Amino acid sequence: MKVILRNPRREIDVDGRRRVKELLAELDILPGTVLVIRGNELLTADTVVGGDDVLEVRPVMSGGRGETP
Amino acid sequence: MKCRKCGGAAALELRRHNAAFCPPHFLEFFRKQVAEAIHRYRMFSREETILVAVSGGKDSLALWDVLIEDGYRTAGLYLDLGIFDYSKESRAKCEAFAAARGQTLHVERVADAVGAPIPVLQQVTRRPACSGCGLSKRYLMNRAALEHGYAVVATGHNLDDEAATLFGSVMHWQTDALPRQSPALASTHPKLVRRVKPLYRLSELETAAFAFLRGIDYIVEECPFAKGATSIAHKEMLNRLEEDSPGSKHNFLFGFLEKARPAFERVESVELHECTACGQVTTGEICAFCKLADQVKRRTST
Repeated sequence: MKVILRNPRREIDVDGRRRVKELLAELDILPGTVLVIRGNELLTADTVVGGDDVLEVRPVMSGGRGETP
Repeated sequence: MKCRKCGGAAALELRRHNAAFCPPHFLEFFRKQVAEAIHRYRMFSREETILVAVSGGKDSLALWDVLIEDGYRTAGLYLDLGIFDYSKESRAKCEAFAAARGQTLHVERVADAVGAPIPVLQQVTRRPACSGCGLSKRYLMNRAALEHGYAVVATGHNLDDEAATLFGSVMHWQTDALPRQSPALASTHPKLVRRVKPLYRLSELETAAFAFLRGIDYIVEECPFAKGATSIAHKEMLNRLEEDSPGSKHNFLFGFLEKARPAFERVESVELHECTACGQVTTGEICAFCKLADQVKRRTST
């Protein structure tokens, strides 16, 4: 499957099938800090992904912006 | 994972609530949390028009969307910070959002008000960009609200923002900042508008999920000056705590608001004056924004 990471934007290929939480652990990403997106759906940590899936791992953290997050 | 309400496929797990929701029930949950915040702190009424400060990010656009959908009268305020392509893109997102929903969007350029965009402010003041940025935003939000006749400004601060700010204040025991940390700050002077944070009950993950599920086109890229910001470091620490102990951020913030904040409220109220240069509210003779503008003028003219 293809995994798109942001900030900075880059793509990686990951072989095999695994749960989202396992994928995030391999990428050293805390589950509560990203949305995992497949097409127009959000995936929960127990969803099994792989094969031809294209996932976007989108960070949710913002900061340093003072008064208008 | 199943939705707690309907048993359908869940889109988001909320560990601090020990729950998961499908898209429709998550959107319902989100809107109820905003309604609860507005009600609990009596943030504004349906007779008022709310000026929503928008940055083009997920939080402020999600907030504006909720308020519009709930039938509130709103207008947006975008402050153009002059941060290269980041500002151009974020402004375009706000303009497209407002146009698609038939809403008024006021736009103010920081450079017009203070004499230079944020990147130049950083060089002039030799302080982190967020410092001059935050000061300029607070000043311009209040000034714009007064000029356009809005009694209340709503910002998109979420639970993570508030917990990180509280953490920073407690770390340094900034006892003057603690009483000001509240989901709603009342107007204490005729020239000071109310400021409210209707998303304070919702996490960053939840506002991002709401924006995604609502199809809101927001700017995902971080502000280029956010890298290395102290608030980000505090959020990362709190996120690690939250991972091990879901609900930590919620308990930290809500415990402060309910139990500790009253203890830090000042016995004597601060005396407010009007700045002799611009007429905006300040505790001294000249406000911090005018001092900053003067510093910019002196440094950029030499």
